[in-house]
Amino acid sequence: MSEEKLNPLVELVLARLREFYREPAIVFWVFGFPLLMAVGLGAAFRSKPPELPRIGVVMVEESTESLELFEKLKAHPAAITEMYDRGSADRALSRAKVDVLVLFDAQGYETVIDATQEKGARAQLEARDILQTAAGRKDPLPERHSRVTKPGSRYVDFLIPGILGMNIMGSSLWGVGYNLVVARKRKLLRRYGVTPMRRPHFLLSYFISRSLFLVLELGVLVLFGKLFFGMTVQGGLLSLIVIAILGAAAFAGISLVIGARISNTETANGWTNLVQMPMWLLSGVFFTYERFPDFLHAPIRLLPLTALVDGLRGVYNDGLTLTGLLPEALVLAAWGSVGFVIALRTFRWQ
Amino acid sequence: MSEPPIFCQGLTKKYDKKLAVAGIDLEVPPGICFGLLGPNGAGKTTTVEMLEGLNHPTSGTIRLFGKSWGAGYDQELRERIGVQLQQTELADKLTVEEVIRLFRSFYDRGRPVDDLLRAVALEEERNQRFHTLSGGQKQRVALATALAGAPDLLFLDEPTTGLDPRARQLLWEVVERFRDDGGTVVITTHYMEEAAALCDDIAIMDGGKIIARGSPRALIDSLGRVQFVEFETEVPLPDLDRLRRLSAVTHVDLLRGRYRLTTDRSLEALSTVISGLAGEKIEPRGLTTKIATLDDVFLALTGKELGEEDS
Repeated sequence: MSEEKLNPLVELVLARLREFYREPAIVFWVFGFPLLMAVGLGAAFRSKPPELPRIGVVMVEESTESLELFEKLKAHPAAITEMYDRGSADRALSRAKVDVLVLFDAQGYETVIDATQEKGARAQLEARDILQTAAGRKDPLPERHSRVTKPGSRYVDFLIPGILGMNIMGSSLWGVGYNLVVARKRKLLRRYGVTPMRRPHFLLSYFISRSLFLVLELGVLVLFGKLFFGMTVQGGLLSLIVIAILGAAAFAGISLVIGARISNTETANGWTNLVQMPMWLLSGVFFTYERFPDFLHAPIRLLPLTALVDGLRGVYNDGLTLTGLLPEALVLAAWGSVGFVIALRTFRWQ
Repeated sequence: MSEPPIFCQGLTKKYDKKLAVAGIDLEVPPGICFGLLGPNGAGKTTTVEMLEGLNHPTSGTIRLFGKSWGAGYDQELRERIGVQLQQTELADKLTVEEVIRLFRSFYDRGRPVDDLLRAVALEEERNQRFHTLSGGQKQRVALATALAGAPDLLFLDEPTTGLDPRARQLLWEVVERFRDDGGTVVITTHYMEEAAALCDDIAIMDGGKIIARGSPRALIDSLGRVQFVEFETEVPLPDLDRLRRLSAVTHVDLLRGRYRLTTDRSLEALSTVISGLAGEKIEPRGLTTKIATLDDVFLALTGKELGEEDS
C-alpha cells in the first residue's frame, strides 16, 4: 500500500500542540494571565520620580528685581514655585503645602522652613541655589551633573522575571503531570500501550511540545517587558532560554512523579497545588525572600522556583550568564533528573 | 502448519484473593469471528486484556501466532494486533482524521487514513472534533484506530454497549468485512443477539471459566429440539408443582413474573400443554411460544439470565 510515511514523533507532538491551542482556557492561563498580572502589578508599583521641592514666595516689599527673581524660580525645572500673600503663607508652610517660604524685602530675601519637616532643608538649599545663580553667582569650581536610571532597579524589573518563573512552573506542572493523569483516567495511556508506539517517543513529545511553548511564553513576556517597560535581558537571550528550559525540566520532573501513578484528577489537582502554593509565597516571586528570617534562606534557595526566579533575575537584571548562575542551574538540574528517574521507575501506563 | 492467532492454556488471573479468571484453555483458528459471551463480571475483559498483553496472567500460557508476551516479540505482536478497549475516550480536541492519523503513524505498515475513514463511514465527519461525535461515531473512530495497522487479529471489548440498533448494525458490518477479508476477530459481549449475528464460534463464560463452546447453532441445538411456552396468570400460582405435573413439560422456570414451560418442539406438545393448563383451571395470559436462543443456553447452564449482574 503506497502512502506518505507518517512520523510517530511528529504526529504526537502535533497532537499535543493541537490539544493545547484548542483549549482557550489554557491559552489564557499560559499567555494572557501573566501579561495581565505584569500590567496590573507593574502599574500599581510603578516607580515614581522623586518629588520636587515646593517653594512659596511672599512679596514683603515688591520690586522689579524681586519679581524677576520670582519668574526665574517659577521657570526652574528643579522646583515648583507659587506666590502666596502673607496671611496664607504661614498656613501653607504649617500644612506642608510648601516646603520653604522665600520672603522678598528691600534687603534681599529671607527663607523660612518648618523645623519638623524633613523636606525643608533640601528645599531651602534648592531655593538658595536657584536665586544666587540667577543673581549672578559664579561657582569657583567647574562642575557637571548627570542624572541616570540604573537598569534593573525598578519593581517591574524584579517582578517580570518572577512572573516568568511562576508561569514556567505552572505550565510545566499542569501541562505534563496533570495531562498524563487525565490521559490515564480516560484510558488513553492503555490504548497507546497496545500499539507499537515507542515509549520514549511519547515522553519526548511532552518534552518537545513543552519546550516549544516555553520559547513562546518567554518571547511574549520578554517582548512585553521590552515594549512597555523598556526592559532588556542584560545577560543575553541565550542564557535566559537555557535557564528557562532547566526550570521547565525541573518542574516537568516533579510533575512526572505526580503523574506517574495517580489516575484521578482530583488527587492530581491537590498534589499540583500542594507543590505550587508554598513556592508562590517562599520563592520570592512578588517580594524578596530576604525578608524571611535568615535561617530560612538556605532551604528556600534549594526550592526549584527560587533557583529559577533567582536565575532569571540574574540574567535579566544583573547581566549574569550561565557561569555566574551555576548554583541555580545545579539546583534545577538536580530536581529535574531526580524527578525523571523516580518517574521512570514508578510510571504506570494503566 | 502455521501457528493459530490465539492459543492459551491454564490461564488464570487473581486480584487480591479473588479469582477473576479461573483457568482457561483456548485456541482460535484464523479467519473467524470468535465471541466471548457472558454477563458483566464473568472475566471476559480480564481475559482479553491478558491476550492483548495489557494484563499479566497470574499463571498459564498465552501464545499469539506462536509468540508469547514479554519474550522479545512484544513490538512485533503489537504491529499485528488491533485493539478496541472498553470505553476509551480518545483525545477530545482532535478531529476524527487527526486521531486516526496519529494511530496510523504508530504502525510500520497499515491502511491509508482515507481508506480507514471510508471503512467506518466517517468521511463526512473527518474534520469534526472527537468530543462532538455521537456514541456510535466515537466507537467507529475507536474501531478505525484498531484497524489502522492493518492487523491480523482484532480485539473488540464490548464494542456496541450503549449503542442504538442502527449504530450497532453499522459496526457489525465493518467487523464482518474485516473477517471476510481474512482477519481474525475476538469480541466480548453480553448481548446474545450480537454473538448470534456476528460470531462463527462462541465461548460462554461465567465465573472466570468457559462453560460452553461451539457455534451459535450448535450451542442452541445442545438444548435439544425444544420450545418454550411463556405466560402470566392473574393471580400468581402458589407453587410450580402444578405446572411440573403437566404432561409434555420437561422443565419449569419463573422469570420476571412469567412462567416458562419447556416442551418438545412440536405442535402436538404445544396443544397437550394448553389443554393441560385448561384441565388445571389455569388461565394463561399473554401466552407466547419461542424457540431457544443463546440466552436460554446460558440459563440452562447457569440457572440465571445473561442480563443479570454477576455478583
